[in-house]
Amino acid sequence: MKIVLNGKPREVRAQTLADLLAECQLSGRVATAVNEEFVPSSLRFAHELSDGDRVEVVAPMQGG
Amino acid sequence: MKTFYGTQLSNPLMLGTAQYPSPAILEQAFLYSGAGVATVSLRRESGAGQTFWQMIRDLDVLVLPNTAGCHTVKEAVTTAHMAREVFDTKWIKLELIGHADSLQPDVFQLVEAARILTEDGFQVFPYTTDDLIVGERLLTSGCEVLMPWGAPIGSGRGLNNEYALRAMRAEFPDVPLVIDAGIGLPSHAAHAMELGYDAVLLNTAVARAGDPAQMARAMAMAIEAGRLAYQADPIEARDMAEPSTPVIGKAFLS
Repeated sequence: MKIVLNGKPREVRAQTLADLLAECQLSGRVATAVNEEFVPSSLRFAHELSDGDRVEVVAPMQGG
Repeated sequence: MKTFYGTQLSNPLMLGTAQYPSPAILEQAFLYSGAGVATVSLRRESGAGQTFWQMIRDLDVLVLPNTAGCHTVKEAVTTAHMAREVFDTKWIKLELIGHADSLQPDVFQLVEAARILTEDGFQVFPYTTDDLIVGERLLTSGCEVLMPWGAPIGSGRGLNNEYALRAMRAEFPDVPLVIDAGIGLPSHAAHAMELGYDAVLLNTAVARAGDPAQMARAMAMAIEAGRLAYQADPIEARDMAEPSTPVIGKAFLS
């Protein structure tokens, strides 16, 4: 299916958010949101993706 | 000394982690200054996030994630939730930007977001203006710390409105107050502490200095000097001179 991952359109095989992170090799300390809603890490396995979903995966970064 | 949601700071310098010439210099700045808190953010994962996180953990300081760049309540609340999970802390530096040029906080949305986040169990550090009514509303919303700006973020102008900041200190004597943003020089930081502020949060003044580590050290020393001066109860300024050497007993020589 087609999703938008961190602002970029992508064709993926993953069915769930957890699968998507594995498929895109996004591991370690990250947090996720789908369609602008926070998805806690404990719900990633259960969170099924749909065509057109906008997924954000964020990680620690420098800040002031 | 006041605590920040029950936590005593080892050092009242809260230091940003952005804009340093290199990670090594960032580390040095923390080492030289002994800063008690590091501010951090969240951005789209590009691969660099994990290395950065490891370095921050090694600094062994308290971590204060921000919601920098957020313009709406929803965006800020979602960012705060993501930050709580990633950084494993209830602390959130709540920034809700209202103006593109001045980066002035949108205080209306700030109060609303502070209320929501407090109800969600966050300990909110709101980046606010020096407006007393907004400060009052933030406290009513559950904030136990206020962080008024000294001047716009990154401007290095120091304390733009000393009168308002004095008034804020007087209005909220028991609330931990942090000057957040606008500091350019150690004298600005000392000034904030001389007014009785409890901590200073800065980033650009150190990170963009020619020698960030040395500037970080200078800031920490100024903050300590200002804190001691406030505790020592400084004299009032006066218009006319007053001799410091005793007048009585002076030899008659003319």
